[in-house]
Amino acid sequence: MATEEMEQLVRREYKQGFVTDIESETVPPGLDEDVIAFISQKKGEPQWMLEWRLDAYHQWLKMTSPDWAHLNYPPIDYQAISYFSAPKSKDDAPKSLDEVDPKLLETYEKLGIPLHERAALAGVAVDAVFDSVSVTTTFKDKLHEAGVIFCSISEAIREHPELVKKYLGTVVPKGDNYFAALNSAVFTDGSFVYVPEGVECPMELSTYFRINAANTGQFERTLIICEKQAQVSYLEGCTAPMRDENQLHAAVVELVALEDAYIKYSTVQNWYPGDEDGKGGIYNFVTKRGDCRGDRSKITWTQVETGSAITWKYPSCLLRGDGSVGEFYSVAVTNGRQQADTGTKMIHIGKDTKSTIVAKGIAAGKSDQAYRGLVKIMPRAKNARNFTQCDSLLIGDRCGAHTFPYQEISNSSAMVEHEATTSKIGDDQLFYCRQRGIDEEDAVNMIVNGFCKDVFQELPMEFAVEAEALLSVTLEGSVG
Amino acid sequence: MSAPDTFLNRLTEYVSSAVDEPSWIAARRQAGAARFEALGFPTRRHEAWKYTDVSRIANGEFALPKDAELSAERFDALRLNFDAHRLVFVDGLLSETLSDIGALPDGISVEPLSKALIDNHEAVGGQLGRLANVDFSPFAALNTAFAHEGAVIRLDAGKVIEKPIYLLFFSRSGSPVMSHPRVLISAGANSEAMVVEHYVGEQDAANFTNVISEVFLDRGANLTHYKLQEAAQSEFHVSSLHVDQSRESNFASHNLNLGGALVRNDLVCDLNGENAETALWGLFFGQERQHVDNHTQVNHNSPRTFSNENYKGILGGRARGVFNGRVYIKRDAQQVRGYQSNANLLLSDRAEIDTKPELEIYADDVQCSHGATTGQLDENAVFALRARGIDEQTARGLLTLAFANEVMEATRLPEVAERVERAVAGKLPERFNLEGLVEVSE
Amino acid sequence: MLEIKNLHATVEGNEILKGVNLTINPGEVHAIMGPNGAGKSTLSAVLAGRDGYEVSEGTITFDGKDLLELEVEERAQAGLLMGFQYPVEIPGVKNIYLLKAALNAQREARGEGDIPAPEFMKLVKEQIAFMKMDPSFLQRAVNEGFSGGEKKRNEILQMLILQPKLALLDEIDSGLDIDAMKVVAEGINSLRNSQRSILLVTHYQRLLDYITPDHVHVLVDGRIVKSGDKSLAHELEARGYEWILEESAA
Repeated sequence: MATEEMEQLVRREYKQGFVTDIESETVPPGLDEDVIAFISQKKGEPQWMLEWRLDAYHQWLKMTSPDWAHLNYPPIDYQAISYFSAPKSKDDAPKSLDEVDPKLLETYEKLGIPLHERAALAGVAVDAVFDSVSVTTTFKDKLHEAGVIFCSISEAIREHPELVKKYLGTVVPKGDNYFAALNSAVFTDGSFVYVPEGVECPMELSTYFRINAANTGQFERTLIICEKQAQVSYLEGCTAPMRDENQLHAAVVELVALEDAYIKYSTVQNWYPGDEDGKGGIYNFVTKRGDCRGDRSKITWTQVETGSAITWKYPSCLLRGDGSVGEFYSVAVTNGRQQADTGTKMIHIGKDTKSTIVAKGIAAGKSDQAYRGLVKIMPRAKNARNFTQCDSLLIGDRCGAHTFPYQEISNSSAMVEHEATTSKIGDDQLFYCRQRGIDEEDAVNMIVNGFCKDVFQELPMEFAVEAEALLSVTLEGSVG
Repeated sequence: MSAPDTFLNRLTEYVSSAVDEPSWIAARRQAGAARFEALGFPTRRHEAWKYTDVSRIANGEFALPKDAELSAERFDALRLNFDAHRLVFVDGLLSETLSDIGALPDGISVEPLSKALIDNHEAVGGQLGRLANVDFSPFAALNTAFAHEGAVIRLDAGKVIEKPIYLLFFSRSGSPVMSHPRVLISAGANSEAMVVEHYVGEQDAANFTNVISEVFLDRGANLTHYKLQEAAQSEFHVSSLHVDQSRESNFASHNLNLGGALVRNDLVCDLNGENAETALWGLFFGQERQHVDNHTQVNHNSPRTFSNENYKGILGGRARGVFNGRVYIKRDAQQVRGYQSNANLLLSDRAEIDTKPELEIYADDVQCSHGATTGQLDENAVFALRARGIDEQTARGLLTLAFANEVMEATRLPEVAERVERAVAGKLPERFNLEGLVEVSE
Repeated sequence: MLEIKNLHATVEGNEILKGVNLTINPGEVHAIMGPNGAGKSTLSAVLAGRDGYEVSEGTITFDGKDLLELEVEERAQAGLLMGFQYPVEIPGVKNIYLLKAALNAQREARGEGDIPAPEFMKLVKEQIAFMKMDPSFLQRAVNEGFSGGEKKRNEILQMLILQPKLALLDEIDSGLDIDAMKVVAEGINSLRNSQRSILLVTHYQRLLDYITPDHVHVLVDGRIVKSGDKSLAHELEARGYEWILEESAA
């Protein structure tokens, strides 16, 4: 296919770009100790939590925004952001779905997120976070029977302070990095999951995040703990309305897997990417880290990243336990003027630890994309194994794809392999498909989906379908 | 880190004793000094120096060399013995007695920098520093401030030189000195040459060598460049090699590193014309507490340019190796092929390798790949050799040599290949014994 | 079915086809033979609509339509399917998906709905058995890691499922051992019926031992210089191309 044909970019509207007209309570923009105290008070938090936040805030004040990523964006004015916005509802918090503002439910319906019967059919428990608060969590009773705690982090701080105190900030310390420190100071909501020893969570858990209010940042915090021999599969989805200004999303996710535990964390991220001139869109600065604390524990990160104007995200694994396993499967698609710098870190600390990284990047339009990864084998990590495969596909000649893999190896018994390729969709592949009667756009979709297959097959079924659909929407019009 | 005064004091010392030199050199020298003073030595906070701590150089006391005296005996002990046009520098100063340029064909010149600056300073000045200016790195600035000796090789269009050009930089044992050599190679259209830069140190040498080489290849020129680095185990070696390739030119680099306490090599290759082609071969072998850092950067600035890079690292003892290879493809530089591979062998539990193969691509119709692997010898291969009656130590030694051979097979100079093989075989730990099989150097 | 009139085609400015005339009626099997460089592959490429081939003169009518006006996929949807000399590998895309997507694209072009899944599976299973292929082929990525013979069988399998009006088979016998060739030939023979035409492009006569053509044409230097029945193929086998070159030069 000729380049000029590739170039003609026709855009489909960002599908999730509607704004929900809901009365909300939003604090004025700006960040200081009072705002943090307000958030803490609004959430009914104990004093120790407020102190924790303030400590993070003081650390953040001394830090500077990282500049090493392959990203280009104007400085963010942290005083122009509102740090709390909550839908006003009759009560302080909805007690059941029936009490939830019908407009909110409608929003989730539009997003295709099943909070009602469809959730039951899918057998997925959903926690929905709208701007700064969790609006509802489904299937609580059934999960309770199994001993699984699945609730908003605010609720967990109130109801399960001993668990939160024990684990919060132990994987991503308050001062870990600029955005993590900011999140620790101002996080508003997010999900909390606790799976007790020996329990296999009876259903998939899912959180949908939605930024709705204007000028707000979203700073959610997720904490998942799997006790010995416990298992959970957790899915997260994200969308935001189309707005001309940039909105900040700085989340922190912490996973703790004890002996023989398995946590599977899947993300389909479809934040608003901005328009074709790069106006608007979400700045997505996320710190996600899993701690394989126990022997033979396992953490799998799977992500499909199609949205956001800027993505800065490196879901990582600390492989502390002997024989623990970390996996990272990622598809990142950028179009228009999106920029993404994403990848993973696998830190091998324990013996016989294994990690697998499969990253597929697809860049189209005038977008720029980088894979940045670190594989570190510590001196005591005997017989550590890593395999990394990074493939980039470029569609059109105005985009960029980059690979920055770091390997730091301090044990001679390690086997570390990294392979990367960059290519475009072959003219001969397209011709072959078209000669079978398949039109060009379908052929491109098919080939791109084939390119991403290794990752999609890691996604839970319902997400895999969503991911494939998202991919074709994101790439729509990238061929002429 | 602020630029240690000791280095700047040395500069004052040097300038006060400097012979007459063209005014542009003096001006550049000042610019280099100013830049170095502003930058100071790099620290590990700089991404390009993330894995390499140069404080041992920064805190060192290195005098300026006073003379180039060296007995024929000491010279013969370490030089490569082959038929070549030879320039010899001792601690950075030209040794006229040991140099032997011999008869050169018309249109080809091989001169010491000091002489070229007198004979032909305008032509030299037009190229010197064009590829490696003071902003490249603090070491480049430092070199620019001090540089006064080195080699200038010029080939007119169409000239082919049969014998290799051999530049020997000999480092003597004794109290530590520093040298900042410059090498300038300018190859005219369709000319062809082979250049060997050989850095070798006597056993107790503790010197600091900071060299910059610049290579200009005109259309269709063909240059094979060897760098054989055998600094002594207490020496510091910093180098950068910059290559500017016009269309259809062909460059091959053999970057072979065996010695040095702290080694940093930068190689920047700019493919500026269509059908320019570059092949980069590298071997780094480290034992004990050696630290060897190789940074390479291939810039495909023009469509239809080709690069192929293959670096291998073998690290034992508490040695640390660093490989950072960057392949850059400029916007609209279509139909480029760029391949890169780095494989490393860790022979001991305390050795470390940090590798970062980077691709930065702004054109879609390209074929690029890179791979990096780190591991041990293939136990199946060890077993296969043992099954044929070879003892385990020898089997491991042979397989380690075989690992290096993929790079060494590309060399066209048997003297260099043999030197490397003997050095590797001689320094392998006991369980990789090759005694009796390969004649080892001390 | 297919009518080629005075076809001239150039590749990168060089004229390769210099006035080809050919008419294929429904139900006929034609073979185009010729020495290397005669323009056989160019003819296939022009018919299938590959980029980079410029038609400077002449017309091609396919099933009443102006073929040169049709996009690549429209030609396939109209029933002109090419079996590739070098089938392309498409990593990650399963054969079964390609078949289904292609079949549904054809049906859509004809205004029919998607094929029901059970019907599709039944059709595929029958044909895969007929081609003596292992059903696991369906789950493998298109042509990825296939041997030469497997790739060619896969091309015929696609023909059997997609049921083209005109099957254009470009050097389908290259790289096949005798057993694989028999299977491929059997597949091609089963495609034969009174409505379907087949155009075989081949360098060697041996394929024609298994598939009997109605007409044989010899393409030399961009023109069909001699046409005949299957005996012409045997004559070429026995005497080579030299005599034709001489005859046409005379």
